[in-house]
Amino acid sequence: MVLAFPDEVLEHVFSFIETHADRNAVSLVCKSWYEIDRISRKKVFIGNCYAVSPWILIRRFPELRSLEIKGKPHFADFNLVPEGWGGYFQPWIEALANAYPWLEELKLKRMVVTDECLEIIAKTFRNFKVLVLTSCEGFSTDGLAAIASGCRNLRELDLRESEVDDLSGRWLSCFPENCTSLMSLNIACLETEVSISSLESLVGRCPNLKSLRLNRAVPLERLPGLLCRAPHLVEFGTGSYSGEVRSDVFSKLVGAFSSCKELKSLSGFWDAVPAYLPAVYPICSKLTSLNLSYASLQSSDLSKLIGQCPNLQRLWVLDCIEDSGLETLATSCKDLEELRVFPSDPFGAEANVSLTERGLISVSEGCRKLNSVLYFCRQMTNAALNTIARNCPQMIRFRLCILEPHTPDYLTLQPLDNGFGAIVEHCKELRRLSLSGLLTDRVFECIGKYAKKLEMLSVAFAGDSDLGLHHVLSGCESLRKLEIRDSPFGDKALLVNAAKLETMRSLWMSSCSVSLGACKLLSQKMPRLTVEVIDERESPDSKLESALVEKLYAYRTVAGPRSDMPCFVSIMENKNAVRIT
Amino acid sequence: MGGSEEVSSVDLKETELTLGLPGEKSRDSGSSIGVKRGFSDTLDLNLGSACSKGNEFDENEGDNRLKHPGAPGPSPPKAQLVGWPPVRASRKNAVKNSCKYVKVAVDGAPYLRKADLELYSSYQQLLKALEDMFSCFTIRNFFNDGKLLDPVNGSEYVPTYEDKDGDWMMVGDVPWKMFVESCKRIRLMKGSETVGLGTFT
Repeated sequence: MVLAFPDEVLEHVFSFIETHADRNAVSLVCKSWYEIDRISRKKVFIGNCYAVSPWILIRRFPELRSLEIKGKPHFADFNLVPEGWGGYFQPWIEALANAYPWLEELKLKRMVVTDECLEIIAKTFRNFKVLVLTSCEGFSTDGLAAIASGCRNLRELDLRESEVDDLSGRWLSCFPENCTSLMSLNIACLETEVSISSLESLVGRCPNLKSLRLNRAVPLERLPGLLCRAPHLVEFGTGSYSGEVRSDVFSKLVGAFSSCKELKSLSGFWDAVPAYLPAVYPICSKLTSLNLSYASLQSSDLSKLIGQCPNLQRLWVLDCIEDSGLETLATSCKDLEELRVFPSDPFGAEANVSLTERGLISVSEGCRKLNSVLYFCRQMTNAALNTIARNCPQMIRFRLCILEPHTPDYLTLQPLDNGFGAIVEHCKELRRLSLSGLLTDRVFECIGKYAKKLEMLSVAFAGDSDLGLHHVLSGCESLRKLEIRDSPFGDKALLVNAAKLETMRSLWMSSCSVSLGACKLLSQKMPRLTVEVIDERESPDSKLESALVEKLYAYRTVAGPRSDMPCFVSIMENKNAVRIT
Repeated sequence: MGGSEEVSSVDLKETELTLGLPGEKSRDSGSSIGVKRGFSDTLDLNLGSACSKGNEFDENEGDNRLKHPGAPGPSPPKAQLVGWPPVRASRKNAVKNSCKYVKVAVDGAPYLRKADLELYSSYQQLLKALEDMFSCFTIRNFFNDGKLLDPVNGSEYVPTYEDKDGDWMMVGDVPWKMFVESCKRIRLMKGSETVGLGTFT
């Protein structure tokens, strides 16, 4: 049956459908809907840069204005992906520059972006507005200078946690005097000093600036000058929040914070000194987001601050907050949705702070909207996890990292299977889960049985046998990303569940029990899968079929095997590889 | 799917990854720990290849091997695992990993407190913090007054500290960083007892 609507009507209707998932679904309904979506699509998200090629993208979507691409796998954040693995933006930008002169937004994550790429962006796209580089590397402040001077209508420059070759702070002064369009600037990851007077001038002439995150090099005394020039800020990240305690500086700071009536989010606070914390008290009641994860403060100081933030929805903090501080959080912040507790001494053999499972239990009891948790600690019990699971059935993301691998329930000395089992059983909306502690195949049985909405699972030092992996691959219907390290999972489970891998974005397995032979078999079985064997020690050619691979990275792709691999990456042969040309 | 006959030639037991100290025999416990990785027999322990990056292992440890909890005998030196705990590099640098806690005693107070000297970057800050901690006492703050040799009167407390050599010194004589280095404990002395300490030339 053919719809009688003219294309323009459908296109108009589609313009209200915003999420990528929904637009993708729309395109699958029928050929004409596919066509209309294709011609009118403005934004595309590519979760794995090697799953598709620039040419496939350009041919299908001629009118793109915004592109988001991810490169390296998540474990690259923890140095598990060797330098030079890939994720290069260069081939993309060269193709995009030719195809989309009116491109406005680029959001890249874990990609290698060179100064040349940034120069191409600055030169080519006349209406370029948004550049977000999350955990990227390969560029220097020279590239930033090109962006600053070349992009006349720049609205957003966000360098989230990228590794920048920080040659000098002069790049900031390259924003021309007539640049007044900035709405968001995040330079928190940069180390060198930028000219504060240039910064003040830039901030002062951009009336729409809503988000400003400074780097550590900006001293505390200069904050009032910046804040007063940006009274409409909604998000602010300080620089180094320390210095000699002076009452004149303090009162200027109080005044400056108070003048920002719309401030809802604070971050930065490097080297925070307790004496200056009260400067933010006047605005605490409006705060919804607080990132204190770079502030080594005592629990009492943190508690005093948090106790004044009744509207807090997100808190990132160090474990110095201790159980007592988390109790204060639980009593004071009833709207809390997200909590991240980072380790202040991750490599220390002993606990340096009193942060245990009790802190997380308190928060789960007091904060009934809690749905996202990242918690680093040194001890846990099944009972605690059970309690947390029952208190927070709305949990969406649960990541627990017990610092010492294989740590059992410290009271019963049992594995934590039962506890994590309770999490997946009670939290039916769970989309992301990271496991730690002593775990047997049993926990994976529970995960496969209950975690039907789970999209991403991270496993480390867990399980006993292939059965564990089999449970996950055969049971988790919504699984998209699976990353495993140092666990005894091997060939059998992989090969039996080979087809599952094509329904997922990617699988990472390092220091497991996967043999080279199995990798080859897997590749031959699955034409639309690229199976990469990463081994820095020796080439797979010299290895026996039964030899275990160091790292395996398998992902679905319609672009066939990539050709930019370094010496230590081998792509398993796949004569039937499907490549869309 | 027919996967099983394709892998039957692979001896799964041999490739089973389990954990334990080098040379340990198989144990009979709930989880199959103790069986050495077959792979590690062929492992070239030279980690110095051009492609490899910063593996902080003890040379004899080879791959990411761990001490099995409860294993008898002396534990091997704890090898630092690559990428564990999963903390991004930007977080590792940002947080100081040292703290310098010293005991703080106040003459007349029944209990001591502990202060982390690393939290402060000057004497001014430290003394302000001590005043907050012991809020009922007034601490002689030489730096406000600018006079080192003011006569002390009975209601004020003078901050002193015990240094590495075991000597009791007046707080404020040496540069801040040197003080943090050498301070072992702090004592706030009653003003009247410090007569004699202030007689420098």
